[in-house]
Parts: sequence; structure tokens; C-alpha cells
Amino acid sequence: MTLVSVAQVAYLVAAILFILSLAGLSKQDTARRGNLLGMVGMAIAIIATVALALDQSERPWAVTALLIACVLLIGASIGMYRARTVEMTQMPELIALLHSFVGLAAVLIGYNSYLTEGHDAMHLVEVFLGVLIGAVTFTGSIVAYLKLSAKMNSKPLTLPGRHALNAGVLVASAVLLVWFLASPSIWPLLIMTVLALALGYHLVAAIGGGDMPVVVSMLNSYSGWAAAAAGFMLGNDLLIVTGALVGASGAILSYLMCKAMNRKFMQVILGGFGGETGGGAAEVTGTHHEVSATETAEALSRARSVVIAPGYGMAVAKAQYPVAELVSRLRESGVQVRFAVHPVAGRLPGHMNVLLAEARVPYDIVLELDEINDDFPDTDMVLVIGANDTVNPAALDDPGSPIAGMPVLEVWNAGEVVVFKRSMATGYAGVQNPLFFKDNTSMLFGDAKEQVEAILAAMPARV
Amino acid sequence: MRIAIPKEAASSSTLVAATPKTVKALGKLGYDVLVESGAGTAANFADQAYADAGATITDAAGAWGADIVATYTPPGEAQRDLLSAGAILMCTLAPHSNEDLIADLAKREVTALALDAVPRISRAQSLDVLSTMSNVSGYRAVIEAAEAYGAMFAGQVTAAGKTDPATVFVIGAGVAGLASLGAAVSLGAQVRSFDVRPEVAEQIESMGARFVNAPSAQQEVSSDGYAKPLTDEQLAAALDVYAQESSEADIVITTALVRGTAPTTITADMVAAMKPGSVIVDLAASGGGNCELTVPGRKVVSDNGVTVIGYTDLPGRMPQHTSQLLGTNVVNLMKLLTPAKDGEAALDMEDQVVRGMTVASGGDVMWPPPAVSVSAATPSPDDAGAADAAPSPEQVEAERKAAAARASALDAQRKKRNAWTAGIAGGLLALALCFANPAFLMMMTVFILAVFIGYYVISNVSHSLHTPLMSQTNAISGIILIGALLQLGSSSTVVTVLAFIAASVASINVFGGFLVTYRMLGMFQKGA
Repeated sequence: MTLVSVAQVAYLVAAILFILSLAGLSKQDTARRGNLLGMVGMAIAIIATVALALDQSERPWAVTALLIACVLLIGASIGMYRARTVEMTQMPELIALLHSFVGLAAVLIGYNSYLTEGHDAMHLVEVFLGVLIGAVTFTGSIVAYLKLSAKMNSKPLTLPGRHALNAGVLVASAVLLVWFLASPSIWPLLIMTVLALALGYHLVAAIGGGDMPVVVSMLNSYSGWAAAAAGFMLGNDLLIVTGALVGASGAILSYLMCKAMNRKFMQVILGGFGGETGGGAAEVTGTHHEVSATETAEALSRARSVVIAPGYGMAVAKAQYPVAELVSRLRESGVQVRFAVHPVAGRLPGHMNVLLAEARVPYDIVLELDEINDDFPDTDMVLVIGANDTVNPAALDDPGSPIAGMPVLEVWNAGEVVVFKRSMATGYAGVQNPLFFKDNTSMLFGDAKEQVEAILAAMPARV
Repeated sequence: MRIAIPKEAASSSTLVAATPKTVKALGKLGYDVLVESGAGTAANFADQAYADAGATITDAAGAWGADIVATYTPPGEAQRDLLSAGAILMCTLAPHSNEDLIADLAKREVTALALDAVPRISRAQSLDVLSTMSNVSGYRAVIEAAEAYGAMFAGQVTAAGKTDPATVFVIGAGVAGLASLGAAVSLGAQVRSFDVRPEVAEQIESMGARFVNAPSAQQEVSSDGYAKPLTDEQLAAALDVYAQESSEADIVITTALVRGTAPTTITADMVAAMKPGSVIVDLAASGGGNCELTVPGRKVVSDNGVTVIGYTDLPGRMPQHTSQLLGTNVVNLMKLLTPAKDGEAALDMEDQVVRGMTVASGGDVMWPPPAVSVSAATPSPDDAGAADAAPSPEQVEAERKAAAARASALDAQRKKRNAWTAGIAGGLLALALCFANPAFLMMMTVFILAVFIGYYVISNVSHSLHTPLMSQTNAISGIILIGALLQLGSSSTVVTVLAFIAASVASINVFGGFLVTYRMLGMFQKGA
């Protein structure tokens, strides 16, 4: 029994725990256990690694131990602080930022691996690819973070010939790889890193805000592949397994998101969507009908079944708490209230669910598109809070629309629709929404949070 | 334009073609709405309520003389005299049996729309008055049965012993049948239902009733959703089912109408075999009745004490809601006629729904509507879009099926191509791997298997957990930390510094990711 074999067994246990952890996350009932299993797996892996690192240390082990302690202290303090204080509305930003950390780590580890280990061809290829993926993930995630936190314009950046640019970078990287293999100096690696960083920046900069759920899950996938690549260069099976799990997970999420928008994965990745108005789309004109919070409150007190369709606007206005309050008030008075969540509502897969959960809305009244779409005709009233493209009838009616064919919540089939919106501006897809001009639709302009609070205030007190 | 809601011409009718609510909707379409004084009285809508909703109260001459007149029962001679030439009249006309009335309306140059001749296509459902009436009749049939039946529908267990629930058998699960069984189920009865169309079994069960399965009496899955006349063997088998079920039932509600005619489902013998005190409600009484003992319009009791109800005015017995639904049908029709919402009705004879309902216009009798020419709708794959002039429901269905078939063929082709591409790529990869060194191969094996495990594990994740899943995978991908930790002990300062940075950021990931997932999951809670 050597330390290496003990560590190897620990890694195996950790890998299994990670798989069980992800499996546990598939259901509400087992999700918390899944989370804990992941923590245990990580703890086992780290303890084994620390032991191994101390054993293999080329310096005095105390120095290494001190360094490791510092590292963990930094990670724990910053990580825990962020995790405690982050607002649920900022989850997309946090997750994008965390992705970039994995990318950065992969790049640095790649360089270290190049500096410390042998230069056989296979290893060089692994280092090269690991750094490439890591660098793309790093800048891509940074851009995603900046866009999501509104520190950067979320309009897609459309450089002329951007596909050629991307392809050019990839070809150049291939050439650099050949150079790197022929003479393993650090220069091709450095040049490639710069190119890959630029590529990551450009790839995500070209994608509009509305496609962010896909981008975030794609970057999730990349961060997994980056970890797997690191595993290859270090010959570490645990890294490979974990990276592959995360990579597959992110890829599936991206696929699901694309399906929810009826878009091809490649179209989203290649970008350019989200800012252009569709040339062939029918012009939507008409007058919209405005309504006040008081009138909405009155209508709600008459309704027997209410569906709320939340969107990114609810997150921006942080309206989930008053909305939850409204829901519990309505439920107390015997109104059937449910939520209709579109798969791409918000800026992150499942974002709305988290926000509603934060506000203590029971998850079993939060339904998916397929579960609720048929129920709209029997619904008295729909409140659309900060959603736009996901409730756009043009997706079904107008073949020329840029969002044609995307499954949408058919809220217009309900008796009455009230749309909470700041103005008549278009959604991220840049498409005008005919829903606003329908007869049974009323517009309630203003900040979603303030308006919901106004409705609460106007609702007659129940005895 | 002025649209008027007169008092129903038939004095027996309790209905009214608009309620205060639908008057508002008509006003929104740009119309001036006139309501004859007392039009809603029988349905409990006072003149004042109409006036409050924006209508002008008028007399009979004012109402019948308007540009558009909406009513349920057809007008009599006196009312027709009040109609002005060029006016639009919408009411039920039974055009297939009322040729004289239609000729008279045509002579007066009235444009007549038959509310009971709406083509049965999904687009026109919202203005289909027949569906509305069937639905209400189905509900009311149960109420009538409950009244005539000398027992309770729901089973009870009391201190004084227990009573069994009533057994209700519903023949035909169309609009009326489904409404019946829904009402009967909610009263607590045991409900069984039979229909010759096997595809409605699911609908029956979804309403909480039992579907009586009798394959020999059932047809193939119908292509157009309507029942066809049965073959002799099927008929015999069906009658066996009816005899068997009715002898065990307390209530029989029969709704069989095959394209307007009522076949016999309950023979006199079957009635004789039923329990005394049981009730038959015949919803096909207007077409002559499904039961041999039915007297249309009346309630009779058979020799063995079975009550046979043949009322033909079931919708009129619930005037308030029936009028509300009827009024909504009228509003939906007006929406179709006034796309611009400017209060100007325009009849678009290219529209299949409008054409199908128009029985008289500009002095000409327009009934029956022309069969849609088949040549216009024999689509080649390329011009399927251009050939939609006015296809019949069958053709629409056929086209839809053809399109679906084409799509699935394309899909199959693409799948095949994808399979080939994947196969070739996989083969090439396998070939390349054959040249790799064994250590690398081992890692590759682990990698590929892990990808597959990931695929299957993640595929089951429920949508609502996607965000926690992401932050969890994020935390897990912080495992890259262990790579950095192992490099920390290097003797090279550069390597140590790089590794230190890498390990720090990765550990932020680990701690932050797990904790934030934990925090999020703690928020999800199930409702009481």
C-alpha cells in the first residue's frame, strides 16, 4: 500500500460521489443529498491530493503545506463570502464568473505542466489543447459576466467577416500546434494563448443578451472540457472523469436551451442574433390598452384561476418577493395560482425557478411550458411579468418572424392578460410583440416591483 | 354600424343573443349596440344592465330594423317584415330543412348567416353555436335525470346505513356526451360511457368516467373525428353493449347523432329490461330520438316505471349561462366579420367559415355552400402553401398528414445521414486511437465512458433544477484545484506562483459553488 495507490482509491471514491451527486440533482427530493455528496467527494479528493502534494513536494513540506493552507484560506473566504451575499437575481453573473476561474486555472496549469514535465508529442498536444480551451473559456466567461451584469452592452458585436475571423484563429492555432510540436519552445504556446483569449472574447461578444442561457450553459460545458484536458496533461483520471461529466452536463443544457428556442446550436454559437430586426417579419401595429394597478387588483379579485408568466424583467426589478406575496394572498382566498416558466426565461437555465424558490413560492405550482400550455384557455387571468419573447404569438403565427417556430407560452388564450412592462420597447430578439395589441391584453407600465406592490395595496383586505 | 339584440321571436325561448358582458365586447369592436327592451328578462338580464354596459334600449321595430340583427330562434313573419333590405341577420336557421324561410329572407334581400351551419373546423370552434348548445344540453341532461331519479347520485355512508352511488351510462362521447359525463362524475355517480370511436376512450377516462370497451362494436380510428354509420355487424354488437349496460344503469343518457339523424340505440325491449325508477335522457330527441319510447319535447314514463325524458329545450332551461355562451359565439363571429374593429361588418366570401354560414345574400339563396373544388387543393409538395383557397376539413387534414409524412421522411433521411456521419467519425477516431500509447488510451477510455455517464445522468434533470445543477457542476469542475495543488510543491518559483494563482481561483470555485448550490436548494420547498 503506497500513498499513490491510496490517493488513487480516494479519487475513485470521489468520482463515484460526483456521479451520484449529479444524479441526485435531477429531482427536488434528492437534490440536497446530491449537493452534500458532491461536497464530501470534493473533500475526499482534496485531502488525498494534499497528502500527495506534501509527499511529492520538492521544497520543504512545511512551505508547501503553508502555501496550500493559504490557497484554501483565500478560496474559502472569498468563495463563502460571495456565496452568502450573492443575490439570486445575480446568479447568472456569478456562474459566468466562476466559469472563467476554471478557464484561468486550466491555462495556468497547462503552462506549469509544460514547464515541469517532459516534452513528448502526446503531452505537448494535450498541453496545447488544454491551454486553448481554458483560454477560450476564460475570456468568454469574462465577457458573459460583463454582459450579464450590464457592465458591457449586451448587443451582439458584429464585426465584418466574423466567421472568417473565428475560423482564421482556429487555423492559425493548428499551424502553431505544428510549430510547437516541431520545436517545443514557449513562443507558439504564448501566441496561441493570446489568439485563444481573443477568440473567446469575440465568440461571446457576438452573441446577444437573449441567447445568454445558451452561452452560459455552453461555457459551463467548456469549463468541463478544460478540466478534462487538464486531466489528460497531468494523467489524472479524477480530473478527466469530472471534466467529462461537467462537459456533458453543460452540452446537454445548451442543447435543451436551443430546443426551447427552436434554434440551431451552431446558429447561437456563431452569434449575431439578438439585435437585428427580422426583415421578413410582418409589421405589427395597433393600439394597446393601458390599465392601472387598481384595476388589475379588482380583476384579480374576480378571477378564479390565475397564471403568472415571469421573465427576465421580474429578475431585473427584483419583483419576486411582492409576486410571492401576491400569490399567497390569492391562494388564501381560494384562487388557483400557478406559474408558467418558459425554458429560456431569464438569463440562465432554470433562473426563474430559483428566484421563485428564493421568495418561498412552492415549487409544485411552478410549471413548465408543456405542462401548462393547454391550460390557458381555462385560465381567467394571466399576469406576464417582465417576459416578452417567450409570450410572443408571432412565433406561431408569423413565419417571417425571427423567432418563428419557437415554442411560446400561449397566454393570449386566457380570458385576460395583463402585461407588466417598463415601456413598449421590444424584447431581446428585437421583435415587436402582437400580444400587446390583442383585445384581451392590457398593459401595466412601470417598474414591475412597484406595480405588484401597488396591486397588493389595492387588493381588498380579506376577512 | 348598429347591431341589435331583439327579444327572441319564439315566445317560448328564454335565451338572448347577448349579455351585458358580450355587449361590452361588441362595443369594443366599434359597433353601436341596440337591445330590445325586455330581451334579457327571461335570462335574468335587466334592461338597465345592458344600458350600463353601453347598449341603447329600443323597441321591437328599432331592434329588427338595425343593420345587423343577432338572435337565436329564427324570426317569424312579423319580425321579418321589420327587417330592412341589406341587413345582416344571424340566427339558427336549420337551412337543410327550412328552404321556404331562406327563400323568403333572400327575397327581402337580407344577408342571412346560419349560426347552426358553422363549418366544423378548429378555427371556427369559438363561434360554433351547436357545440355551445350541445355542451349545455349535456350538463342539463344530468340535472333533469337527477330530478326525475328518486335517489341520490353520490354514494353515502351514514349512521343510518349506506346507499350506493347511481350508475350513469352515457352513449356517445361528443361534446354533449362529455359534458354529461363530467357533470355526472362531479355529482358523485359511477359513470360509464361508450362511443363507436375508439380514440375518445382517453377523453372519457380523463373526465373520470369508465370507457366501456367493446372492440367488435367499434370503428377504426376515424380520420375526421366524426362517427360514421356503422356496419351491420358493428351495429348488432353495439346494441348488445347498450342492452347490457342499460339494464345495469340507473341513468342512461344517449347522445348519438350521426350527421343530423338519430339512430336507435335504446329499443323498447331494452327499456322494458331496465330497473323501475331508472331514467333515460334522450339528447337526440330533436332528431327523432335515440330511444324508441322518446316523445320529443316531453317526459313520459314507460309501463315498467322508466322515465324517458325527451326535452328539446334543455339549453333554454339554463338561460343565463347559455345566453352568455351564445353571446360569446356571436362576439367571435363579429370579430371574424370585423377584422379592422371599426364597426363595419364585411362578409369575406373567400373565407370558408363565412361562406359556409351564409345562406342568403344580395337576394340570392346561397345554401348549400359549394363543395370545395378538389383540383384547387391537390397539392404537389411545392405549392402546398398556395392551394389553401378553401379546403374542406378533410383536405386540410389530409394535407397536414402529407406534410407530416414529408417532414418525417426528411427527418428519417437526416437521421440516417447523421448516423453515417457519426459512424464514420467514430471509426476514424477509433483508428487514430489505435496508434496512441497505452497510457493515453486508458485515459481516453475513462474520458469517453465518463461523457456517456454524464449524458445519461444529466438527461433526467428536471428543468427547475437547472440553475442549481449549473452551480454544482461549476463547483465540481473546481476539481481542477487538485492539479494546481500538486504543482505547488515544485522547486521552480515561476511554477509555484502560477500554481498558487490557479489553485486560489479554483478553490474559490469549489467553496463558492457548493455553498451557493446549498443555499439555493434550501430555498426550494413544496407547497402544503
